[in-house]
Amino acid sequence: MSTTKRFLFVNRKAPYGTIYAWESLEVVLISAAFEQDVSMVFVDDGVYQLAKGQDTSQLGIKNFSPTYKALGDYDVNKIYIEKESLDARGLTLADLLDLKYEDEDDDWAEKDSIHVVSSAELAEIMDQQDVVLSF
Amino acid sequence: MKFGIQINEGPYTHESSTTALNFVKAAIEAGHEIYRVFFYHDGVNNGTRYTTPPQDDRNIVNAWSELAEKHKLDLVICVAAAQRRGIVDEGEQERNGKDGNNIASGFRISGLGQLIEAGIQSDRLVVFGD
Repeated sequence: MSTTKRFLFVNRKAPYGTIYAWESLEVVLISAAFEQDVSMVFVDDGVYQLAKGQDTSQLGIKNFSPTYKALGDYDVNKIYIEKESLDARGLTLADLLDLKYEDEDDDWAEKDSIHVVSSAELAEIMDQQDVVLSF
Repeated sequence: MKFGIQINEGPYTHESSTTALNFVKAAIEAGHEIYRVFFYHDGVNNGTRYTTPPQDDRNIVNAWSELAEKHKLDLVICVAAAQRRGIVDEGEQERNGKDGNNIASGFRISGLGQLIEAGIQSDRLVVFGD
């Protein structure tokens, strides 16, 4: 199967309280094994999935946020966060995990995976995709 | 057009499975092809034959089974999501040492790769969920 398509995973929900975020991450990791062109979007409460300092010890559920840091190793390095969603929740880039990847086309230079984009820019990004999966 | 379908909710709490069922029927009637229907999250609960709604309610599981038989649909339940929620076929029963199975006719259990493949092979992947 040599077809490469542009897959976009849209994450809309908070990391805990429902299982959508965790099971979405499982799909993202599988899609990387299929060598597709993968991007991720975080909007609405989905921006909390990337919040720093998550502590689930009182919840009895695994803190899966460290897995996001591994995404760069899976060539998942286009991660878009909607600015309006951050603003509405009083969050800035400084509140989020520092996600990096090594760019093989640029002498393995370490680069930021996260891009804060406006709602209008997000619409353009979505328009460029072949497959959009929302969670 | 070739459609892939993803269903993220169970049969009764949310409307999404019924909406997907209607979409699939309409697509087939209009001459389109359904490459695969993939059940994820609580959507795996659409595939248990133990579902027994009251007589004055519709049986959504049976509706999927009947549609699958009529049109040779590929109804795939995600194995990881199914294991969490107790949806079991004969293979899973044996592998996990369970005392029974509950998968409904026309469904099969397989991996998440089947969803990605549906995205690759279909012209459109349509997600039904909350």
